Order: sequence, then C-alpha cells, then structure tokens
Amino acid sequence: MLGLIAMIALGLLALVFGIVLGYAAIRFRVEGDPLVDQIDDILPQTQCGQCGYPGCRPYAEAIANGDEINKCPPGGEATIKQLADLMGVEAKPLDAAHGEEDVKKVAFIREDECIGCTKCIQACPVDAILGAAKQMHTVIVDECTGCDLCVDPCPVDCIDMVPVEPTPTNWRWQLEPIAIKQVQ
Amino acid sequence: MYVEFDTILERLNQGRLWDFPGGVHPDGRKTLSNKHPITHLPMASELYVTVKQHIGTDGQVCVNVGDRVLKGQPLTRSTNPFAVPVHAPTSGHIKAIGPHVAAHPSGLSKQTVTLTPDGEDEWIELKPLKDYQKQAKTRIIEAICAAGISGMGGAGFPTHIKVAPKHNVEFLIINGVECEPYITADDCLMREHAWQIRQGIDVLMHLLSPKKVVIAIEDNKPEAIEAMQVACDKTSDILVVPVPTKYPAGGEKQLIQVITGREVPRQGLPIDVGVITQNVGTCYAVADAIMHGKPLIERVVTLTGEALNRPRNAWVPIGTPMSHLLAQGEYHAKRQQTPNVIMGGPMMGFTVTSNDVPVVKTTNCMLVGADHEIDLTQHEEPCIRCSACADACPASLLPQQLFWHSKAQEYDKAQDYNLFDCIECGACAFECPSHIPLVHYYRKAKADIRHQQAEKDKADKARERFEARKERLAREQAEREEKHRKAAEARRQAMNQSGDDAKDKIAAALARAKAKKAQETGAGSSTASTDAPSSNDKVAAAIARAKAKRAQAAGSPSADETPSASEDNKQDKVAAAIARAKAKRAAQKTEAAQESTPDVKAETPDAGSDANDKQARIAAAVAKAKAKRAAQQTEAAQESTPDVKAETPDAGSDANDKQARIAAAVAKAKAKRAAQHSEAAQGSTPDVKAETPDTGSDANDKQARIAAAVAKAKARRAAKADDKDQ
Repeated sequence: MLGLIAMIALGLLALVFGIVLGYAAIRFRVEGDPLVDQIDDILPQTQCGQCGYPGCRPYAEAIANGDEINKCPPGGEATIKQLADLMGVEAKPLDAAHGEEDVKKVAFIREDECIGCTKCIQACPVDAILGAAKQMHTVIVDECTGCDLCVDPCPVDCIDMVPVEPTPTNWRWQLEPIAIKQVQ
Repeated sequence: MYVEFDTILERLNQGRLWDFPGGVHPDGRKTLSNKHPITHLPMASELYVTVKQHIGTDGQVCVNVGDRVLKGQPLTRSTNPFAVPVHAPTSGHIKAIGPHVAAHPSGLSKQTVTLTPDGEDEWIELKPLKDYQKQAKTRIIEAICAAGISGMGGAGFPTHIKVAPKHNVEFLIINGVECEPYITADDCLMREHAWQIRQGIDVLMHLLSPKKVVIAIEDNKPEAIEAMQVACDKTSDILVVPVPTKYPAGGEKQLIQVITGREVPRQGLPIDVGVITQNVGTCYAVADAIMHGKPLIERVVTLTGEALNRPRNAWVPIGTPMSHLLAQGEYHAKRQQTPNVIMGGPMMGFTVTSNDVPVVKTTNCMLVGADHEIDLTQHEEPCIRCSACADACPASLLPQQLFWHSKAQEYDKAQDYNLFDCIECGACAFECPSHIPLVHYYRKAKADIRHQQAEKDKADKARERFEARKERLAREQAEREEKHRKAAEARRQAMNQSGDDAKDKIAAALARAKAKKAQETGAGSSTASTDAPSSNDKVAAAIARAKAKRAQAAGSPSADETPSASEDNKQDKVAAAIARAKAKRAAQKTEAAQESTPDVKAETPDAGSDANDKQARIAAAVAKAKAKRAAQQTEAAQESTPDVKAETPDAGSDANDKQARIAAAVAKAKAKRAAQHSEAAQGSTPDVKAETPDTGSDANDKQARIAAAVAKAKARRAAKADDKDQ
C-alpha cells in the first residue's frame, strides 16, 4: 500500500515537472546561439577569409562548434587570448597556415593606373571601394578593414596595402617620463 | 552632497573655502620668471602654424603656397561647429602647407602652414564689436569663434561652445590659479592686463548671465590678486578669491570643488553642477576679439628654467618654434647634460622631440631645467606599497592598483578602478618614493584602451557593412530572378498573342525537317511516280528525285539534270531547291578533294514575283550560304585568301521576301566568320568588312539589317579572338 502511494506520488511529481519543463522549453526558448554572437564580437570583422571561412561570423559559428581558435591572423594573439578566455580552452600560438600577424594596413589604389574594371569593388566585403565602370576607383580609408581581398582580382595590380601611419590621435603613449626633483 | 548657492556665497564672503582630497606641494620656482614684465620678442624667421590646435575638428586651409597674408588673416575655414580657425600671426608669405612636427608628446607631424614673415607686421582690417551689449548674442559667439579662441589653460576646448548661452549658470569661475610650478604666464598677465581681463569677463557675463563670478587666484600671487581686485572694484558681481596654494588646485574639477564644494560627476561637465570655468588667458583673448577685433595670434609664454640665462614671460606669436625661444632665452647648453626642453610645466608637460616644435594656443610654458633641477637619471624602483600616491591623488583614486593593472595590461580591471577619472596631474608620481612614473603607465593604458575601443567600433562598423552588403547581394539576386521570370512570361504571352502565325511557321518548319529526315533515312532505291496527284506523293517524288541527283553528283559531277517540275506548287519548288543545293555541295566537296579552286557561284533561284514562292526563296538562300561556307572552308584549307563576298540575293521589291533577306544576311555573316577564322589561322590580318546587304527602301527590311549587324558584330568578335590567340 505504502509502495503504491509512493509510486503514485513520484509519478505525479514527475508529471508536474515534466509539464513545467516542457512549457519552459517552449516559452523561454532562446533563438540563435549567444555564444556565436560573443565569439563574433571578439573577432576583428575584417571579413578577410584567411581562416578558411567566408567571413567572421561563419568562423565564429565554426569555433562554437569546436574549431580551433588560432586561425585568425588579423586578430592575432590578443584575439586568441580573448577567445581562449571565452571558450575556456588553452590559448595557443597563431596557426601559421592561415597567415601571420601583420601591422594594420589599408588598401590604396594607385589612381592613375586604375582602369575602372570594378573587380575590386565586387571583391570588397565591406563596400569600402568607391567607383563605377570605366571610372577611377578609390578606397574609403575609414571603412577599409585591410583584408587584402581586393589585391588579387585587380587586373593591373594597382592596389597596394599600405601600413596605417600613426597620427597624434591614435598614437599609443610611449614616453620617457619627466622626472622632477625637489631643489633644496 | 550638493551645496546650495546661498551657502556657497556665504562661505565665500567669509573667506572660507572647501578643499579637495590629496594634492602635493612642489616647490613653486615661480620667482625665476615673474620678476620681469612681459616682453615682446623679435619675430622668428619662420612660423609654423599648426592647423588644429584645439579639441575638435580641424578646418580647411584656405590659403595657398606663395600667398601673401596679412597679420590676423584666417588661414583655415570650416563650417563645423567644433572647429576654430587659425590665423596668420604676422604678415608674410606662405612658404609651405604640409606636415610638420607638432606640439605633441609623440613628436608626430600634423598639417601645418609655414609662414615666412616679411617684417611689415601689417594688420588685416579689424572689426571690433565694441557695442557688443547691443548685439545679438549669436553675433558675439560668432566673433569669438572667428577669432580662433580655444581654452588657453591646457585642454584647448573651443571657447565659443563653452560660452554659448545656457540656463542655470550659477558660477562663472575665472581660473587664475596657475598651480603648476615654474609657470607664471597667467600671473604676469593678470598683473599687467587686469583691466582687459575684466573686459573679457564682462563679455562672458553678458553671454552666460551667471549669478556670481569668482576669480580664483592662488595665494602665492599677491600682486595678481591685488591687480584683479582693483580691476573688479566697482562691481559686486565679481569676487576675487585667493585659493590656498596646493597642486593641482588649478584643475577644473578640483577648483570647482574648492570654490563651491560641489563635485563634477564623472563623465559629466561643470555645467552639470551649475559652473562654467574659463582661464584668465581666455578672458584676455575674448576681450581682444570683441573690443579690438584681434584674433588669437599670440599668447604669453613663460620661458623658464635654470638652463636659460634670461628666463621671463614673453608675448610669443603662435607658431614660433622652440629653437627661437631658446635663442631668445639665451639657452645655456652646458647646464644640461642632454638637451631637454619641456613644453608645459614639470608636472604635466612633455619633452619636445625637436626644437622645431611650434608654440600652439595651449602652450603656456617652455621649461629648460638645469641638471640639478630636473633629474632624468632617476630609475624606477619596485613599489613598496607605501600608499603615498593614494594620499596625494586629488581624484580619490587608488594609483597603486591602477599601476598594477596598467602594467599587467589588465585594462578592464584598471577601468574598474576608474582609470579614466585620472586627470594625469602627476601628483602620485611626484610623491612616489620609488620614482615610479605612474602617470606614464596610466597614459599608456588609456591610449591602449582608447585604441581597443576604436578598433572595436571599427569592427562593429565593418560587421554592419558586411551584413548590409550580404543583404544587398541577396536582394539583387532575387530581383534579377524576378526580372528573368517576368521576361520569360512576357515572351510566352507574346507567343500566344501572335498565335496562329507562329504556329503555322513552326508547323511548316517541322514538316520540312520531317521531309529531310525521311530523305536521309529513306531507302535510296525507291522510285515513285511523279504524276501522283496527292501531296504526299509529290513530296516523295521530290525526295526521290533529289536522291537520284545526289547519287549522280557523287558519281559524276557533270550530270546535272533539271527535274521535270511541271507543277508550280510550293512543295515541289522547295524540294527542287534542296536538291540543287545538295548537288552543289557534293560537287564542291569533290572539287576540293581534287585541290582545284572551286568556282562557287550560288545561283539565285528563279524567284517569281508570286507571293507563294516565299519558302522556295528561303531554301535557296540557305543553300547558297551553305555552298559558300563549304567553298570558303576549302579555300582556307588550300591556304589561299578567300574572296568572301556574300552576294546579296536578288531581293525583289515585294514585301514578302523579307525572310529571304534575313536568311541571306545570316548566311553572309556565317561565311565571313568562317573566312576570318581561316585567315586568322593563317596569320593574315582578316579583312573584316561586313557588307551591308542590298536593302530595299522598303520598311520591311529592318529585320534583315538587324541580322546583318549581328553578323557583323559576330565576325568582328571572332576576328578579335583570333588576334588575341596569335
């Protein structure tokens, strides 16, 4: 008799929790994968494809699904460190197969050599190249991510990747301090 | 705790002030330079006017190299509200416009206008606003902006934005504290030009209508206090308040705390606590701009330090290089082991990287200390956790923690300790017994954090643009598909509309094709009577005839019988034409095999004027074209230059022969293309001249023309491709 009561009681409890959980699964369903968003936030968004994926978000999805975190040369060590923190894995050196960390660069079109073929415009993942067919093209420096993707399609090789020059506004303070001593 | 206005006023009248936490008492060393009146220096041989000398955006240079400019003439122009212009400090010629080392610790270059003075010192026409009280406030603000005035205390915030009329201004604090050691520029300015500073204050009062104006001066400047008291004697709105000497009492937030007891919220502005502060130098410049119409082209700079033989204060035109100031101050190089010129004071200044660094609107001091004054040989020792820095910090931060985290690059933790509330006054580093350059670490950490933030912003923008692009591409794709679908639909509809006609044609074509197939597959030996009345019989007869002829042609090309076509019905004619063409082709093949040049002359079929013989003509044209192509191929093989002349079929004036013409044009084009291919292969330049078919004046031959044009284009393209291959 006691056993029966226990079974009924447990069965009822199981039923109640089952219903609650089932309801919660539908009611509080999370759309999308927040982990992918977090990873995507860390990635440098150059959309260069050096990781082997067509853009930063696909790579973020791949990382979330267990891909290596050291395939992003534009992000470099800093990004790997952040990803390692986020994913709870060991940080490892950048995979040289995907390229090496380099100084920040932006594309520059030698304008008198440009023939206006629009091939670079089609290659640019962030629409940072301005121009029209048979018109000179130019790079919007502020929008350029330095992904390198426009260099190869150019039939006349008029695109250079120019390192970004430091300016007083983006200069990182590196100064010998001014020491002063009280004069007696 | 928010102190009420009346309480503050009461305390100020009693001479009681508040205090800010921390602070240090470095040796003032002010007597070095404030013994002498402010002097005017001879003009430097070249002036370097940096285009952007303030916080905000820079303007566009509006002069050209080689131009002669007058003293006070604007060199830049902008419509951006956060831009203030710069002006020519004297008359002269523009020597260059380009990057020049800037007054910045990095020693990097900024856009600079280089001016060679001509010694005339000729002013531009000045437009003072003496009756400013009667003018609209916006006009006064415009005048202040046009005079290029930005805060002269250090930060260089555009003054016209700060003085734009606001409500709830309780205090206008005029900052004459000048708490940093060595510097006496404001001190001397107040001593000598108290009245003009008062005029500037009047203008600001007119604009801001504060309840009370407080002129704060450190109590180590009794002459300045007295001068300002005399200047402000007649008014009860202005109060001159001596402030206890303590570094950094001149910091904006610290001064507000000392005067009002209110704390400016972090990331807030002084106006949030009802206060506006202005430097005395700025007040002087405002008076200059409004009373005399003069723009900000010179300022008082303290030339000081024991390595100068003649330390003093001087009116220095903006853009004067340090080298000139060193020469004027009689720099004694032997007093320094390594040359070390500091722009600004010993606490917050920076070592200039080059003696070409020009004076800018915020430059208040050039400090050239002897070796015993400024010791550059001190080495950083480990932190001993004495917490002297925390005691000295005027912003109540924990410099030690900030130092650890900044050094370890744990920037998020440094930010948790409010790194960005640090005013970089240097009090902590001054107190540090281990000589740790604390501010240096904070500046580096701040720069790095700003850099990371900028990168992040850029990454976000890139992501946005990338997503937008993806979306756009998908949309364009969808649009294209939609367009194609619509076009296909339209075609289908057009087909249905033209209905029977098109169907007829298709049926006819099918019939023809069937006939041909029958010809090819049918047994060659079958013979049919030619006088059969039914149409099927007739077709069969024609086929048979044709076959016979082909056999004949293959065997002996001379045998060419004209079929006895007594009937004048359509199908007979078609068959006849086909047969004729076939025969000819066979003949040509034979000839080619014999390596003789074939004389290919496509005969024009007897085209009656009857409307019924349309199809016959088409067939004839097709046959002609085929024959020609064969001939040309043969010729090409024989390496002779083919004479490609597509003959125009005798096109009757009849409207019905349209299709024949089209066929002819197509044939012509094909022939040409073949010829060109051959020629190209032989390395000869193809003579691509598409002949225009003889088109009648009839409106119906439009289609023929189009066909010809298409053929022409094709021929050209083929020729081009061949050229490339070679």
